[in-house]
Amino acid sequence: MNAAALIGNDPGWLIAVKGLIVFVLCVVLTLMSVWGERRIVARMQMRLGPNRVGPFGLLQSLADGVKLALKEDLIPKAADRIVFVIAPVISATTCFMAFAVMPLTGKVTLFGHKTVMQLTDLPVGVLYVLAIASVGVYGIVLAGWSSGSTYPLLGGLRSSAQVISYEVAMGLSLVAVFIYSGSMSTSDIVAAQHKWWYAVVLFPSFVIYAISMVGETNRAPFDLAEAEGELVGGFHTEYSSLKFALFFLAEYVNIVAVSSLATTLFLGGYHALPGLGFTENWLGGWFCMVWFFAKVIGFFYLFVWLRGTLPRMRYDQFMKFGWKVLIPTSLLWILVVATLRVMSARGEPRALIAAFTFGIVMLIMAGLSLYERASRTAQFDGLPDSSVEPSFPVPHVSGINRVESNNG
Amino acid sequence: MFNMSLHVGSTHTPEAVLFWVLAPMAVLAALGMLLVKKAVHSALLLAWVMITLAIFYIAEDALFLGIVQVVVYTGAVMMLFLFILMLVGVDSSDSLVENIKGQRPASILAALGFGGLLISLIGRAVSSTDAVGLTTANVDGNVQGIAQLLFTQYVWAFEVISALLIVAALGAMVLAHSERKHLSQRQLSVNRFRQGSLADTAGLPASGVYARHNAVDVPALLPDGSAAPTSISATLEARGDIIATAPFELVAQEEEEN
Repeated sequence: MNAAALIGNDPGWLIAVKGLIVFVLCVVLTLMSVWGERRIVARMQMRLGPNRVGPFGLLQSLADGVKLALKEDLIPKAADRIVFVIAPVISATTCFMAFAVMPLTGKVTLFGHKTVMQLTDLPVGVLYVLAIASVGVYGIVLAGWSSGSTYPLLGGLRSSAQVISYEVAMGLSLVAVFIYSGSMSTSDIVAAQHKWWYAVVLFPSFVIYAISMVGETNRAPFDLAEAEGELVGGFHTEYSSLKFALFFLAEYVNIVAVSSLATTLFLGGYHALPGLGFTENWLGGWFCMVWFFAKVIGFFYLFVWLRGTLPRMRYDQFMKFGWKVLIPTSLLWILVVATLRVMSARGEPRALIAAFTFGIVMLIMAGLSLYERASRTAQFDGLPDSSVEPSFPVPHVSGINRVESNNG
Repeated sequence: MFNMSLHVGSTHTPEAVLFWVLAPMAVLAALGMLLVKKAVHSALLLAWVMITLAIFYIAEDALFLGIVQVVVYTGAVMMLFLFILMLVGVDSSDSLVENIKGQRPASILAALGFGGLLISLIGRAVSSTDAVGLTTANVDGNVQGIAQLLFTQYVWAFEVISALLIVAALGAMVLAHSERKHLSQRQLSVNRFRQGSLADTAGLPASGVYARHNAVDVPALLPDGSAAPTSISATLEARGDIIATAPFELVAQEEEEN
């Protein structure tokens, strides 16, 4: 019996229990990841981070949560009251919904029922995650608009433009996975990776997905929607108390959600690392969950690492990167993948496939070197005539003609 | 929706409950979309109508259609709408003055024509073709069934529509494009050193330097003791928020002391 059939046999109460487990996991993971992020980033900046509440400061985010809830809840006079209240609710409800299709374990026994730890299995599961993510953005955009002040509006505008452009790149990076696995269902994609992870087979797709998932979740270095140096708090500037807490929760649950999707699509999902397959039977199959969350936490560490390392991108560079680099690259990659797939499906000779791959690599290298030369000459476009010596003294550079050295 | 209301008598209870809960909400939201004053509220209600439609599709076993409806229409198209509407701002409502002459009769005519087209199309679809049933349509799976139709029978229509959309997008880009050459920060900084004078290479002087106060409206003093006019923001100058520079000039002070 496959996952879909097992899930189909679940009685109603079991579905409710599974839903509860997923919800509790998400909330606990959020609390822990806030603590973890602060500790890791502190270590990267040679500080200690929160270490007062509980052992190693583990209960810090709990204390912060209580503090947030007890703060005064303000609604600005200029705000659109209804939309202002709805916005955080949209954010916080949609972020949990993506977990409904995440396969957390293989076959396990839960309260005497044979099932899999996955709430539901849709034939278009991955598209469902994309759909939920695109509805979740409404929360951010509406929060920005309804606050009735300038900084949140700018944050909301940035966010909507950003998410539209990076969702295109994200969707395109998933196409290669669909082509290779022949399915859009999360459990089928995990099953299709039993031999090779797609992070290896479809490495360019993996890189594009990893970049666009950072853009999609508004995290550094792509956190332009809440750039505190430019926009105070961005879209949530006017929010306080529990409404702010909902945005906070949504941000971290979203990080876990996109990391889970990356794990499912590219890192073999709940399966163990290659060579450690025997561990999957430990604890009656429940040990798979450890593998799954180990991979998710690995991604989370990547998020924190990026935040601790890279400065925020400028907005125009960010959009240019999305539209002029990520999207064309993934389109080309899809062409290559589709061609290779058709070739191998038709049983073409190996030499032809190798020749095709070699040709593509040569074409890419030629294109890159042409691009590099063009960008080197473009650097000096629009500069004033440098053949004239300036009227002020400049250091003499021996043996080099000033005109030639400037025009390279 | 039309098909659903025809078959609603024969559906199972959960589906009927879903329909009778969501359908009135969808109709109310659609009416509200026409009647509310603020454009963003209209857009939100439209998004809600789209999502309820998607739920109906999913309930009718057209899973792919429902999900794609949310991704494309709610996620991308409505988001673009919101992007534009947000530029209008929170407290402005639409102006109800008609700018284009004869817009009202023209729009009524267009609406009637479109309605007639819809009715004839749906009527033809319902009366002339027999429903084959979901199990026959989804025999290879829902997604595969749609893909087969799109890439065989309807591939021409599909390509024509996508060409139309691309032409529209290109047209919008051509109309909105400006040919202005944009200098990068790097080029600007090189330019500063190449313009023949080094006076502004390190940026403009800050207000209040060497002066008695360092407020933004007090000019900096040049080496000869006179006020540096570039040290004060042009905005302050335009507003008339600058106090007289004479009292701060060093020369005047030294003369007093002598």
